[in-house]
Amino acid sequence: MAALMLRWSCLGKRWVLACIDGGSRHGRGAAIGLTSRRKRGQSSVAQQPLIAVQKSRKGEHEWAAVVGLEIHAQISSNSKLFSGSQVHFAAPPNSLVSFFDASLPGTLPVLNRRCVEAAVMTGLALNCRINKKSLFDRKHYFYADLPAGYQITQQRLPIAVNGSLAYSVSVGKKPSQVSTRTVRIKQIQLEQDSGKSLHDEPRSQTLIDLNRAGVGLLEVVLEPDMSCGEEAASAVRELQLILQALGTSQANMAEGQLRVDANISVHHPGEPLGVRTEVKNLNSARFLAKAIDFEIKRQIHELENGRKILNETRSFDDKLGCTMPMRDKEGKQDYRFMPEPNLPPLLLYDTASLPPGADPQQVINIDWIRERLPELPGKTREKLIQQYGMLPEHSFTLLNEVGLLEFFQNVIKETRAEPKKVTSWVLNIFLGFLKQQNLAVNESPVTPSALAELLNLLDRKAISSSAARQVFEELWQSKGKTPSQIVSEKKLELMQDQEALERVCHTVMEGHPQVGVEGRRKAMHFSAC
Amino acid sequence: MWARAVKLGLRSWVGWRRGFTSKVDPQRSGRVTAEVIEHMERLALVDFGSQEAVARLEKAIAFADRLRAVDTDGVEPMESVLEDRCLYLRSDNVVEGNCAEELLQNAHRVVEEYFVAPPGNISLPKQDEQEPFSHI
Repeated sequence: MAALMLRWSCLGKRWVLACIDGGSRHGRGAAIGLTSRRKRGQSSVAQQPLIAVQKSRKGEHEWAAVVGLEIHAQISSNSKLFSGSQVHFAAPPNSLVSFFDASLPGTLPVLNRRCVEAAVMTGLALNCRINKKSLFDRKHYFYADLPAGYQITQQRLPIAVNGSLAYSVSVGKKPSQVSTRTVRIKQIQLEQDSGKSLHDEPRSQTLIDLNRAGVGLLEVVLEPDMSCGEEAASAVRELQLILQALGTSQANMAEGQLRVDANISVHHPGEPLGVRTEVKNLNSARFLAKAIDFEIKRQIHELENGRKILNETRSFDDKLGCTMPMRDKEGKQDYRFMPEPNLPPLLLYDTASLPPGADPQQVINIDWIRERLPELPGKTREKLIQQYGMLPEHSFTLLNEVGLLEFFQNVIKETRAEPKKVTSWVLNIFLGFLKQQNLAVNESPVTPSALAELLNLLDRKAISSSAARQVFEELWQSKGKTPSQIVSEKKLELMQDQEALERVCHTVMEGHPQVGVEGRRKAMHFSAC
Repeated sequence: MWARAVKLGLRSWVGWRRGFTSKVDPQRSGRVTAEVIEHMERLALVDFGSQEAVARLEKAIAFADRLRAVDTDGVEPMESVLEDRCLYLRSDNVVEGNCAEELLQNAHRVVEEYFVAPPGNISLPKQDEQEPFSHI
């Protein structure tokens, strides 16, 4: 088996086990049988190419994977959801904790207006129906970082339901082969975050920091419309961009502002859904896709070997690249949901239903918020395509890379060069250099002004294309020098003087009398350019 | 005292779960089985120390069950006794916090301004390992 590699192809909703012979370069020979069958039942959307099928498998086992996501996004606000303590990432332990957050008796929750607005904005941006009345509930479970023993959430009637999120996945090897998919949003709810536990295994204790306890979270529940890690990662990325555009969350996965739990199951198409497992502890986009794909593979492997899938919670170990069962969960949790007795229903209004003479601070008008929604990533991409004539996949790349859009727009502002030229330079050369050295846009040694100046030189034909690249490389290495300086230092200017050029050509031709008429003609043509 | 608190808490819990699978079979005499007791003790960490407590629980459930006699067709269920009140919206300003020292005074053990907890949840021992309660 060592020579064989298992390769999974994600064809929309179908998972097909395909093997290629790692040792041979001509592994595609065995693909014929399966490929022709694939073509018969195929939809018109371009799919990932299949490789081959291992002959020893009995029949073909087509598996479909079903992936649902629960995404928790920390709301970007000054204070917490139900108390007036500060929301801040790095602070001395337990310094941003109020009496309510520490769950001291006699404290009561007081709802933060900004968090409600953030929830409404997010719901509107995701095409949800905003519930004019929503309710708060208590979800009970014991854990040291949940001092109250319950979390205030919105289980019965959340603030927004039935939305959709459109995202894009690549469906072929070429960057232009992208397909738009949609995932339905079941609901968006407001809930409290728990504190942080730092596990100190050697001393057999856990250190609890409640700075994060009580911070407002938006839980976005995505229906199981996705079928592989890549789709899930793309959906999450798009949600991140939307939240960042709205300003409702900074959605930085590394800082824990965006956390994703995945619910994964596999089944044969046409049969009922399989048992699902929940994978938690996914705190980076990269690991998200890896973990989901691993879990799908694991489930298929277990089922094909006659074993059953347990409805359990697993975590992803990024070093080993696999999911492991989590220790603390014993069987199915009973959260004993009950209505939060200290909070009346949350009522939202629109312009038609706004009570006259109401205190504006105490009412939230959905229409008012809708009118002031910032531009969403989808719209920004559309505008880029229309305004600059760029290809859709370019607009995706510009938005996906943090800071790249701003960089691009700054270059456009300062240069006379054509937008297509700018796009090409930013996406190919500039981004290429960044990726090579693993730098973020804000760490780039080349400023937008510098690139703009360089493109201006290129535009008025002061330098050639290849010279421009040389200058760019120089700019990358040496800080502080402008493109014009580098050009004059390295004498990269194109010669503009026609007479001087002719003299050079004549000298060359005289030095090589054996060169025929053709050569002379070419030389003169060159000098005339 | 705690028994009354438990009763009140349980009544709201039982009332809430009325519409869903009830662990107490109304057909039977309203007995609460040992299995249910164990489950609730584990979930809520209440201690049904004696058979008398269980009996009191059964009476409380029977009392709440009398609500079923009321015809509630077409009546919207009440969310809470506060449902007609206005939910106050606080503006997003920082007005609390910065009292780590005070909070940590409550802690049994503290390590460098962190609360200290055991490494994981300590499960309630299984029923056969527990002290059997005195049967009255």
